[in-house]
Amino acid sequence: MSFARTSALDRIGTGTFTLVILCVLSFLYVPIVILVVFSFNDSSSLTWPLGGFTWGWYEKLFSNRDLLRAIGNSFYVATFATILTLLVGVPAAFALDRLDFVGKRVFRRLVLLPLVLPGIITGISMLNLFKLMGIGLSLETVVLGHATALISIVVTQVYARLQRLNRRLEEAAADLGAKPWETMFLVVLPNIKSALIGSALLSFTLSFDEIPVTFFLTGRDNTLPMYIWSTMRRGITPEINAVGTLIVLASLLLIVVSVILLRDEQER
Amino acid sequence: MFAGQASPVLPVGRRWSRDRLLRNLVLGTPLVWAVVFMFIPYLIIFTYSFWLKKYPTFVPAFQFGNYAQLFADPQYYQVLLRTAKIALAVSLSSLLLAYPFAYYLVFILKSPRLRLMLYMAVIAPLWVSYLLRAYIWKTILGNEGVINSFLVYVGILDRPTDIFLYNQFSMVLTLTYIFIPFMVMPIYTALEKIPRNLIEASKDLGVGPLGTLFKVIVPLSLPGIFAGMTFAFCLTFGDFVAPFLVGGPDGVMVANVITSQYGAALNWPLGSALAIVMLIIVLGIIELSDRVERAGRINLA
Repeated sequence: MSFARTSALDRIGTGTFTLVILCVLSFLYVPIVILVVFSFNDSSSLTWPLGGFTWGWYEKLFSNRDLLRAIGNSFYVATFATILTLLVGVPAAFALDRLDFVGKRVFRRLVLLPLVLPGIITGISMLNLFKLMGIGLSLETVVLGHATALISIVVTQVYARLQRLNRRLEEAAADLGAKPWETMFLVVLPNIKSALIGSALLSFTLSFDEIPVTFFLTGRDNTLPMYIWSTMRRGITPEINAVGTLIVLASLLLIVVSVILLRDEQER
Repeated sequence: MFAGQASPVLPVGRRWSRDRLLRNLVLGTPLVWAVVFMFIPYLIIFTYSFWLKKYPTFVPAFQFGNYAQLFADPQYYQVLLRTAKIALAVSLSSLLLAYPFAYYLVFILKSPRLRLMLYMAVIAPLWVSYLLRAYIWKTILGNEGVINSFLVYVGILDRPTDIFLYNQFSMVLTLTYIFIPFMVMPIYTALEKIPRNLIEASKDLGVGPLGTLFKVIVPLSLPGIFAGMTFAFCLTFGDFVAPFLVGGPDGVMVANVITSQYGAALNWPLGSALAIVMLIIVLGIIELSDRVERAGRINLA
């Protein structure tokens, strides 16, 4: 094979690949651009051609009491669900990494199952439990549901970090007279900080966005996605695009924050 | 680490009890949680799936009528088949888009900085609301949507068409859009792990680029492919949000049926039986993909 022919082939190959990459990226991002553009469009339908520019949908949104309450509820649910996932998920990751016990395989399967288990199963199974125990549905039952579904996220991330952790650090701490719980809080936890922050941010985001579990476990209170969902049943309005644009912005902010936090961790 | 590392200053008895407490807390908390909020609830659905619907609600029983109904009534088994078909189509189409993308990032792109940026770009949509990503396609594909109004505006269509939305095509498109990041992540990881010298060896032995791709790279990245397909298949299989927003009458999926059995139809036993069937299918797929991954690991070693 001559040199010239190879490079021509390579160029065609690279060209095709670049095309594929551009297609995938535009497939992912053009819809988001469309979402944002129509949130500023001066027309109540989402059709071409575009009308004039307006802040109107955002103004409408900020005077919408139900929506603001739903956002508040979502913050409440996501905060407490995240705290619970950490309180349960971090010990679970430790148990899987350090302890040997009967039924460990089953335990691992059960804890990690919700990663691929459709939310609807968590939703209806916990609905059954609460009905049977006579517990009324509320935002608190949603918190329990979200925590159950999201523990798997914390476990996978923290477990992966623990596996890479240098055990010598703990041995050194013990040799220097640190008690196990001192080693835990002064040596181990600070060293896995990046995994803790990363999984907490991810749990928070996923809880904020959750529908299938919330659908079955919420009482009269709506979370933000449930509110948007019920608005959609009535029809499409650019107001949803405005909420959506804000959610996209908030997500971007979260990504940037997590990248910065994690980079700090690595440099130290 | 929890046994035998305590300070030597403490008397033996107290050291033991404190270590035991820590160990019990670390193991006990998640164990109790998993039993109370996962194991028992699954057991309850399993029990309900044998109960009998009796107006106005349902009564305890032990009979297989609900399961029999699922596999005898075409209304139900067709939904199961359709759901499997759509889930398969979604995992295949996201694989077709994700694989070249991950391949390009790992093997062709030279700049690590650009690689990280493109990787982040494809993962970032995961952080944007799931509901929104389904909603966007409803506004794009709809009868009064962006594509239709654009085609009418430029004169290609006389009037809006219904062919884009409320069918299986729109479902597969929307769900593919949602699950591409889940597919890119494990494939990228698998491709990154492939030792470069294996690829060079293949080249040195005179195997062409396509041969190297299909005989070396693809087989070695199978664990990633299976992990991604497991995600896409299982999560599509249980979705009821996208079918509700962009699927029409022929886009009803298993999860929608469960939702209606638990809601309007008030037939919890039948809904539970369907949920158990879904659970078994999902567990089966996970087991299968685990086996393939283990087999792949042995091959490499």
